[in-house]
Amino acid sequence: MKFNILINEGPYTHQASDTAFQFASAVFESGHEVVRVFFYHDGVHNATRLGAPPVDDRNVIARWVKLAEDYNIDMAVCVAASLRRGVLSDESASQSGRAIANLDQHFKVAGFGHFIEGAIIADRTVVFGD
Amino acid sequence: MLHTVNKTLTEKPSLLSCLRLAGAGSDILLIEDAVYSAIRGSTGARLLEQSRGKHQLFALGPDLECRGVKAAQLIDGIEVVDYAGFVALAVKNDTVHAWL
Repeated sequence: MKFNILINEGPYTHQASDTAFQFASAVFESGHEVVRVFFYHDGVHNATRLGAPPVDDRNVIARWVKLAEDYNIDMAVCVAASLRRGVLSDESASQSGRAIANLDQHFKVAGFGHFIEGAIIADRTVVFGD
Repeated sequence: MLHTVNKTLTEKPSLLSCLRLAGAGSDILLIEDAVYSAIRGSTGARLLEQSRGKHQLFALGPDLECRGVKAAQLIDGIEVVDYAGFVALAVKNDTVHAWL
């Protein structure tokens, strides 16, 4: 069975990203598949490549990246939500006249239609947030 | 339908809304802080006890464990599941609704 996941909250302050990660891992361990993870609202903060948590803490962002690499998951941030919050791809940074791009390369920038398409492709959509 | 609730009633009324609007026979899974609502004697537990029989109630074990809540503290009729159980509930039900 194919799953589409929406995450509305950032890492560390809320548990939503942790729960979503554990759920996504369990999806694969149960023999199913996560086809897409879409990061919306503050959820886009899960996609910064500049996070540097203490070494004895979990690295929420690196965990998502590893899962995406292991299972070839399509991970995307909402274009409007990420621009508002300064989570910028190289292209977004260039277009916005910003000197730094911080979107991790494993995430793409997409419109909300990308999430809707994921819901169409997948058998189940599961939302995590606050 | 599977309903997920992730907050206590002191933070948000999502459990109340869920119990009021979820159709008979729905599965309701308490995750994150909502697992506190399954503790015997809590405000949430009294509501959950009233809905027993109408809905199938579940609580996410890892969220109970990391909050120091033991299964013996929970009201009767709550089934504790792990993340694989969460996935199984999502597979079993054709729709998953998160009460955020």
